[in-house]
Amino acid sequence: MIPQELKYNESHEWVKQEDDIATIGITDYAQSEIQDIVYVELPEVGTELTQKTEFGVIESVKAAFDLYAPVSGEVIEVNESLLDAPEQVNESPYDDGWFLKIQMTDPSELDALLDADSYQAHIEAEHG
Amino acid sequence: MGFRYAKSSAYLKQNMKRTPLYHVHKSLNAKFTEFGGWEMPLQYSSIVKEHLSVRTNVGLFDLSHMGEIAVCGQGAGELVQKLSTNDAGRLTDGRVLYTLFCNEAGGIVDDLLIYRHTDNHYMLVVNAANIEKDLAWVETHNDTGAEVKDVSENTALIALQGPKAIDILNPFIPERDVSEISFFRFVLGEVAGIPTVISRTGYTGEVGFELYVDANDAEKLWNAIYPAVIEAEGQPVGLGARDTLRLEAGLRLYGMDMNDDTNPFEVGLGKFVKSKNRQFIGKKALLREKKKGIAKQMIGFQMLDRAVARAGYAIYQDGGQVGEVTSGAPSPSLKCNIGFAIVTSQTISENDKIDIEIRGRMHPAKIVTVPFI
Repeated sequence: MIPQELKYNESHEWVKQEDDIATIGITDYAQSEIQDIVYVELPEVGTELTQKTEFGVIESVKAAFDLYAPVSGEVIEVNESLLDAPEQVNESPYDDGWFLKIQMTDPSELDALLDADSYQAHIEAEHG
Repeated sequence: MGFRYAKSSAYLKQNMKRTPLYHVHKSLNAKFTEFGGWEMPLQYSSIVKEHLSVRTNVGLFDLSHMGEIAVCGQGAGELVQKLSTNDAGRLTDGRVLYTLFCNEAGGIVDDLLIYRHTDNHYMLVVNAANIEKDLAWVETHNDTGAEVKDVSENTALIALQGPKAIDILNPFIPERDVSEISFFRFVLGEVAGIPTVISRTGYTGEVGFELYVDANDAEKLWNAIYPAVIEAEGQPVGLGARDTLRLEAGLRLYGMDMNDDTNPFEVGLGKFVKSKNRQFIGKKALLREKKKGIAKQMIGFQMLDRAVARAGYAIYQDGGQVGEVTSGAPSPSLKCNIGFAIVTSQTISENDKIDIEIRGRMHPAKIVTVPFI
């Protein structure tokens, strides 16, 4: 259920690497915990992100949640379709519900992130 | 991803109270939240689904965190009347009154329901977070010889709300037709054989009932009604949907929309202040405030983009700050984002455009009439 090929933040963002480009989103576990996502606020193309710092906000009916960058770099593409259809994050967190593509400044930052098995253990610990 | 307004979980885990139905919620896989010192179900499936099921079918709520204070004996009526901004003297047996307690400065101590069983027996239903404060308030002002007792621990409250509520409840009460109980009236009866205060009240804007039973009978009552709720395509409903339901219905929430420092006129509750030919605590201050002119008012707003305005966000009109959001959320029925705000302007009126500052950026909204639905 947790995609093996991705890396994960403890704060439940996933990252997919293709050369120097990282695509990021939130995990299925995160969307199921938040539920009913009604609004996504993302940075503009060109914004510089720093690993582990806030880059955006998602809102459910009940509350707002901060998003944390899993890697550093420049935003090169934003999933604009989420502005009108934020429910895609609930329906398809790993595909249609992606947030940003980032030109990574330092791909070795990925080494510090969780792999699928460690992330699984992390959410089990958090949930229990 | 992280909760924007996270509270200390260590504090919560140690100190939260649980209702007699906690294990029922647990078995229904509810997600829990802290509310007024209680560990309550936030949602069972989804806030939106639960909300819509109350609007179209029915929902079942555990509201056992609410406080119940019994006021009995010879001086009961006099004490209740003295504390209440609304005229409790108009109550007859079997009627319910929505009212406020105000302090000497006119600030709202709590908003509550008063049930009159007889003139020697009233029940006050108060907000969960205010039970101790209200009890102290009533006891402090008890110079009429009434007996005041906090019966919250022994009392469970289960609400059944939605267009199918009457049809669901009727089979459990063979001796009467609950459709004959008028709004804001109650009867004593048996629901599924359990002694119950059957009250035609609610906090959703829908037809519905609030059922008060002994805490020991709570699980039995819930389990009796629950299958009928599911059969009617209804759902158990948590505090998440309770909040969006009350917001759409234009109902204020103590602690969000009002507190000890706001007076009833500032939050649009002036019609529950009845000053003619009667005395009550806060009357002098409230009359003085009214004479002086009320500088603030509560308005309803609707966002004109997809951003969600939450409590505490600043409201601007023509470039100047005019107020602050007190409650705000997406409206599952209207499919837009709505809220209440207290503004200092007296000229602001329906359809006026305002801006709400959300994380440093201005988002457009307009003033709309309350209730929203």
